[in-house]
Amino acid sequence: MAVNALYDYHGVPKDVEDNFHGNQLVYIGWDRHLMFCAPVCLPLPPDMPFGALVQEVLPGVYGSHPEWERIDWSGVEWTLEQQPFRPDMQQGLREQGIGHKSVIRFYAPGLDGIGGVAT
Amino acid sequence: MSNNAVYIALQNNEDARPIIEAIERDNEQARVEHFPAMVKIDAPGRLVVRRSTVEGLIGREWDPQELHINLVSLSGNVEEDDDEFVLRRGA
Amino acid sequence: MTSNKRMSLRERYQKFTRDLAWEPSYQARSDIYPQTDYEGIHIHDWDKWEDPFRLTVDAYWKYQAEKERKLYSIIDAFAQNNGQLNVTDARYVNALKLFLTGVSPLEYAAHRGFAMAGRQFSGVGPQVACQMQSIDELRHAQTQIHTISQYNKYFNGFHDWRHMHDRVWYLSVPKSFFDDAMTAGPFEFLTAISFSFEYVLTNLLFMPFMSGAAYNGDMATVTFGFSAQSDESRHMTLGLEVVKFLLEQDERNVPIVQKWIDKWFWRGYRLLGLVAMMMDYMLPKRVMSWKEAWEMYFEQNGGALFDDLARYGIRMPKYWEVTVKEKERLSHEVWSIFYNYDHAAAFHSWLPDESEMEWLSAKYPDSFDRYYRPRYDYWQSLVDHGERWYNNTLPMLCQTCQIPMAFTEPDDPTTICYRSSEYRGVKYHFCSDGCKDIFDDEPEKFVQAWLPVHQIYQGNCGGASVPEVLEWYHLRDGQDNKDYLYSPDRANWLRWKGQAGAGADAHRAAVGE
Repeated sequence: MAVNALYDYHGVPKDVEDNFHGNQLVYIGWDRHLMFCAPVCLPLPPDMPFGALVQEVLPGVYGSHPEWERIDWSGVEWTLEQQPFRPDMQQGLREQGIGHKSVIRFYAPGLDGIGGVAT
Repeated sequence: MSNNAVYIALQNNEDARPIIEAIERDNEQARVEHFPAMVKIDAPGRLVVRRSTVEGLIGREWDPQELHINLVSLSGNVEEDDDEFVLRRGA
Repeated sequence: MTSNKRMSLRERYQKFTRDLAWEPSYQARSDIYPQTDYEGIHIHDWDKWEDPFRLTVDAYWKYQAEKERKLYSIIDAFAQNNGQLNVTDARYVNALKLFLTGVSPLEYAAHRGFAMAGRQFSGVGPQVACQMQSIDELRHAQTQIHTISQYNKYFNGFHDWRHMHDRVWYLSVPKSFFDDAMTAGPFEFLTAISFSFEYVLTNLLFMPFMSGAAYNGDMATVTFGFSAQSDESRHMTLGLEVVKFLLEQDERNVPIVQKWIDKWFWRGYRLLGLVAMMMDYMLPKRVMSWKEAWEMYFEQNGGALFDDLARYGIRMPKYWEVTVKEKERLSHEVWSIFYNYDHAAAFHSWLPDESEMEWLSAKYPDSFDRYYRPRYDYWQSLVDHGERWYNNTLPMLCQTCQIPMAFTEPDDPTTICYRSSEYRGVKYHFCSDGCKDIFDDEPEKFVQAWLPVHQIYQGNCGGASVPEVLEWYHLRDGQDNKDYLYSPDRANWLRWKGQAGAGADAHRAAVGE
């Protein structure tokens, strides 16, 4: 049994996709920028094009960082669920395997945070 | 050789003063250390708080369980009866 | 004439406890105590339970009443003398806000938990010990609320601690910790709380808050601390006794107890991250660093304890080496969480000044100047130009400990630690191997976690905007939250201390007017 219990117990998961009003949760982290203390959690439409995430959503999240404007998007390294990933900017999130509660990380080579110490 | 130290820590107030003195009298190897508002007494292997000694100092009947009012911390296996409160560790 | 000889302590204790028990004759033991077996623990002889303190109920009432009399007279004197004006400065009071909203509700939960556990044990010894501890914990909740109520008259953030504990994002961390323990069986509850929390880790909760109070002029909290401490020694002996009893009763108990020790050490350690931050950042007069406290109270004392338990087949808790690696980073990573999200917290945060940064640098020679000073310097440069930066996007939380995922890889302080599992087709994420292992062992329990960020996005927290969520929290924007520098608490403090002018000048300079 997947929990110690007096009978065959099943908990009801609180965070199934249906609970998010048509959105899915996506977690995003900008590597080596710990001024943002943790990765963020965003509710996004599953068919949102990846390019819209980059151009319309992420600036609101990370734009306050002094290195944001210097990102060269053509050189950014992405991972999805800790595996290397090459996003298709035109395709929707779900179409290219970014489902509910997926984790995306990105790293901009050469940009290692304030003072180069991942801040 | 394993560590068999025991200790008792009491608030450093008027109530505890005679208890601390009794412990010093009844435990030759006890070491008393003062901290802000607290007294810690260490001893190797055994530490006894004896009712008769405390009563002799305060001039009234005293129950070893009155220790609870001013106790801060202790370490060791507790043995208690009507006459003594003992901390013990090791052989 | 015969004289009535007074019963000995041993005899009195026997009469008031064990002799009041009975063998049920018309109900099955397993019906009266339905939770005894399901955890897999085997008990053969409840009489082997050693009552460390032979406190009968009459003695209990007498001594507890005496402690109460002394405590309340000191609290009265504190209030009459406006003792709140004697703290080092008003930043200290934020440690008390964290305590009242985060810790005092756990005392109340412990009161309930020990009553529940005591009811489920079929042995008289632990029944009595749990009953007394249940009343002790209620007393702790009451005395903390009473002590801290004086501060509520003069400072913000204390006004709705009960409401906030059940809703506010960072308070789900302590809340879920105790909910997890209370929804476990009675043996796990005692191993989790009596042993892991009240014996192994107690010095890392109690000492920082109480010494912090002493060093910062908070006589009321010091007095509460001493009043509770004598109860704590009984609790500690119960914790040690229960673990030894379980391990001695049956060999089959050993791996179960080990698993609980592993789980609750890690859960307790993650919870203590809040204390680490408090010690290193929130005490104007600091006692010692988190790193020093962890070395003294866990690495040394804890090491000796687990040496002792080795003869039962118990080893050090899993991932203890990670806690040693993290000791240079923990407080800084957690303070950063509250600096990031202080617009949504019910206590103030602030930047350490230069002398405080020197202290941090001396205490953390291998990490502070390299990894953490640069961010404070940058944030300070923003404040100097009239901007106070906040993180405007909600964080990713760990499914188990519910803390924002701010912890870094054990061997790399510059990279967030990401771990995940999949269960019944859904992904779950964790801050560490410790939290992941806890989930993997009992996923049906942890898939139900009420994660504040997810609940906000589901629309269950008053609305989609920050102001709506704050209102749902009963958190007053501009009063309870945000930087200390601009807070009413600070303005009041300077006025009460007759420094209003100096404060206003400094503030204007800071915001570049």
